[in-house]
Amino acid sequence: MARFFAKHLLFLLFTLLVVSFLVFTLNEFSPGAVARKILGAYATQEQVDVLTKQMGLDRPVLVRYVEYLGGLASGDLGYSARFKLPVREVIFKHLANTVLLAAIAFACIVPLSTLLGVVAGMRESSRVDRVILMFSTVVASIPEFALGVFLASVFVVWLGWLPGTATLVAGGGWSVAAQLVLPVTVVVLFDSGYVVSMIRASMVEVMQRPYIRTAVLKGLPFRAVILRHALRNAMLTPITVIMLQINYLVAGVVVVETVFAYPGFGRMILEAALFKDIALIEAGALVAVFLAVLTNILGDIAYVLLDPRIRA
Amino acid sequence: MTDAPLLDVQNLRVAYATRAGEVPVIPGLSLRLDAGEAFGLVGESGCGKSTVALSIVRYLGRAGRITGGRLLFEGRDLATLDAASLRAIRGRRIAMVYQDPMASLNPVMTVGRQLMEGPMIHAGASVSTARARALAMLQEVKLADPEAVMERYPHQLSGGQQQRIVIAMALIAGPALLIMDEPTTGLDVTVEAAVLDLVRELRSRHRSAILFISHNLGSVVRVCDRVGVMYRGELVEEGSVRQIFTNPRHPYTRGLLDCLPTLGRDKRQAPLVPIAGQVEPARVRPPGCGFAARCAHVETGRCTTGPIPAVEVHGEPGHRVACVRADELARWTRRSGAAAVPAAGGAREPVIAIHHLTKVYESGRRLRLGASRASVRAVVDVDLAAARGQTLAIVGESGCGKSTLAKVLSGFEVATAGGVTVDGVEVGALPVDARSPALKRKLQMVFQNPDSTLNPSHTVGYAIGRALRRLQDRAPGDLAAGVARLLEVVKLPPGTAARRPRHLSGGEKQRAAIARALAGDPDVIVADEPVSSLDVSVQAVIINLLNEIQAARGATLIFISHDLAVVRYLADTVAVMYLGTVAEVGSVERVFAAPYHPYTEALLSAVPVPNPDHAVARILLEGSVPRADEVPRGCPFATRCPRRLGAVCDDTPPPVQQLAADHRIACHIPGEELRRLQTALVEPSVARR
Repeated sequence: MARFFAKHLLFLLFTLLVVSFLVFTLNEFSPGAVARKILGAYATQEQVDVLTKQMGLDRPVLVRYVEYLGGLASGDLGYSARFKLPVREVIFKHLANTVLLAAIAFACIVPLSTLLGVVAGMRESSRVDRVILMFSTVVASIPEFALGVFLASVFVVWLGWLPGTATLVAGGGWSVAAQLVLPVTVVVLFDSGYVVSMIRASMVEVMQRPYIRTAVLKGLPFRAVILRHALRNAMLTPITVIMLQINYLVAGVVVVETVFAYPGFGRMILEAALFKDIALIEAGALVAVFLAVLTNILGDIAYVLLDPRIRA
Repeated sequence: MTDAPLLDVQNLRVAYATRAGEVPVIPGLSLRLDAGEAFGLVGESGCGKSTVALSIVRYLGRAGRITGGRLLFEGRDLATLDAASLRAIRGRRIAMVYQDPMASLNPVMTVGRQLMEGPMIHAGASVSTARARALAMLQEVKLADPEAVMERYPHQLSGGQQQRIVIAMALIAGPALLIMDEPTTGLDVTVEAAVLDLVRELRSRHRSAILFISHNLGSVVRVCDRVGVMYRGELVEEGSVRQIFTNPRHPYTRGLLDCLPTLGRDKRQAPLVPIAGQVEPARVRPPGCGFAARCAHVETGRCTTGPIPAVEVHGEPGHRVACVRADELARWTRRSGAAAVPAAGGAREPVIAIHHLTKVYESGRRLRLGASRASVRAVVDVDLAAARGQTLAIVGESGCGKSTLAKVLSGFEVATAGGVTVDGVEVGALPVDARSPALKRKLQMVFQNPDSTLNPSHTVGYAIGRALRRLQDRAPGDLAAGVARLLEVVKLPPGTAARRPRHLSGGEKQRAAIARALAGDPDVIVADEPVSSLDVSVQAVIINLLNEIQAARGATLIFISHDLAVVRYLADTVAVMYLGTVAEVGSVERVFAAPYHPYTEALLSAVPVPNPDHAVARILLEGSVPRADEVPRGCPFATRCPRRLGAVCDDTPPPVQQLAADHRIACHIPGEELRRLQTALVEPSVARR
């Protein structure tokens, strides 16, 4: 197991190194000087030159990359031109918001999808199965913004039960908890549709396996057959995909964040890109990649824990 | 005790829902099983044997439905029982053992927990009681070190051990009825023999009745008291093992017995007699006898108009047969070989020669840092040759290296040392991509599983046509005639060319695969277990076909098999392999007669023989094939050899003794000594019978 961790950790570090280099050089070699990108089209050439000098941009790329790495290692991610704050602070603030949303959503998605997927798959083509299958197909096929706008028009405009924005500032008479309801619901519904159908498919397959027959013919009650024999086997295939949802929840919910004006990580990167806030883009990309690789590793670990055949 | 049978199946009818409507697969079957009795159910696949078993435990799936009849078990009708009562019977009063034990065990649960479940649900046992029961049961099925086995997962056990676990799991509640559905299919012959012996032994101790389903008549003889022969969902004949196997009255029963190669027969005496045609689909059921379409004795009118009742055979109580002509048929005689005639030998030039061939697999992982990589010696210093028009059979348990050998011959693997010559050309180091078209044409393969050989999205005609194009440089316009000719050779109708593999039966697919291999008109055909996944009747067809093709074309056949009866029938020369080495090689007559290598002797004694009068002193092999890193320095068989001499076997590689011009064995025991020991052992046991 230690070997397994060491191997994955090394891989993680290596990936981050490669990505940091790619992002750094991409910014460097994309059209226009870095200083020009920061200052915008209306700055004078003089101003650009001053900033170039100030930032040391006239020195070779590799030297600056090594300096950048050094900064990373000591926790200095640079200065955000857009937010006029150190990048570290900007990222932490937005990441914290996103993690809050992601954690609540993930805590709903996993049990909900497992329950629905298992119940649907344990009796293929029963009425319950058809209903759940239909539900998951529908919610997974409606785009997030459409789902968001639809739910907002019902609960905000029509019923007036919930706030239409989630700025996480307790103002306008709405608590933060109330503000979170709609964004979480949209993300959960959209993502569950996909996860439910994965788990259901796996469950259907497991229920046809001979060891399920063995369990039934042992005289086990149906509940025990499902919980003891089918469940764990049915989670083997979907578990890695489920873990990958963390990645999606943190870095991929830009649309929902935008719809509800949620100050999250995805929207931060979007803004950084629009404003050519290079230091923030670089740091954001690193965080996103770090999460992607980390969730992959978590998925692998979960898989190994579930399936004794993988363990050496 | 009352006289009521334990299980009384009365006029059972089962139907499966298909797209074409409901198809009756069991049109009305009755059978009785007394307490403690072992009843064998035999027949080709698709005859409804498993359906009967699954009806008894009411596990027919969503499509299957019991449409009529009664299933009385201990006085209660299983067909109408509610779910709760059914659960109380399943696992406690009726237990089941399945084919493919690996798939029947939950892969993510330790064996111990799976065993303990039974007592915990049925007897409400505590964890410690259940654990004690499980341990005792593991001891009973003779698994070494039960404590350790309890903590294992199924994939950490061998096939034989897995099946013992399944048997232990079934017997743990002391069921009144044990249903065994092909329990030894897919196991090695030595493992099969050990499992069957175990079943017999446990049976006498537990007094469970057994419903034993098998397509292997030999294993039925070993376990059962009575036998029922099923065809198309009906019991066409039933009786005691002796009645059925010495005086079979139904033409179908006779057909099953006649198509079986046995240890006493070979191809020079008489061809196998396959049953004509194949099991027809259940959809169209003729009014008369279900077997009429395939029967050689059919009489239009009497056989084909009304239902055929089962009547008792005159003078044989309990022997019932459903055939109107049963009394008119001559008494059946076992086709046993007369004294075997050695083939006119003479040194013919070998077409294919294997000399000092060694294949070592380097495992990718080092066991320790700095240690040399772990390697598996799959084939070690093998010397074999096959002459033109001859059949060289290679036998041995799984893991003995026979398939690796085939892979080197065909170029899927290259030799680590030594070589293979085909017509004098060295090919051992040539991977298949580096072989010339002429060489590829010369040597073709037929595999065990025709499903994975034929591309499911191509028609049979396309598959054969492409082989013709690649191997014979046929012009595309010229292909159709070639395909038709090849289909004719393998006795498939010309229309087969347009069909896809999924529309063919197993036997038809294997014939198509053989036709594909023949496209290049090969000099050597390497066949790796080509009949192992087929029904006995189909197996006979394929074996006859291989024989005819070989005779007609003078091709050399390298036939790899674990089935000694088939090998005895088909081979000219036999090589017995164990752990990558050749233990014994010689003409088929010499290998199958004393003196044997102790391993050959053990293999032969393990073969189930479908004859109740046949008795051999059983030699049980202890343990299983050692792992590659535990192979002894001396004789590889030393760890399991019942005739092991002592330290010399462990430490010194055995000398190769040339017992005759065409017979050599690798053993420390002198040939004369072996002959004395082995003849002495066999004779008295036959006399005792």
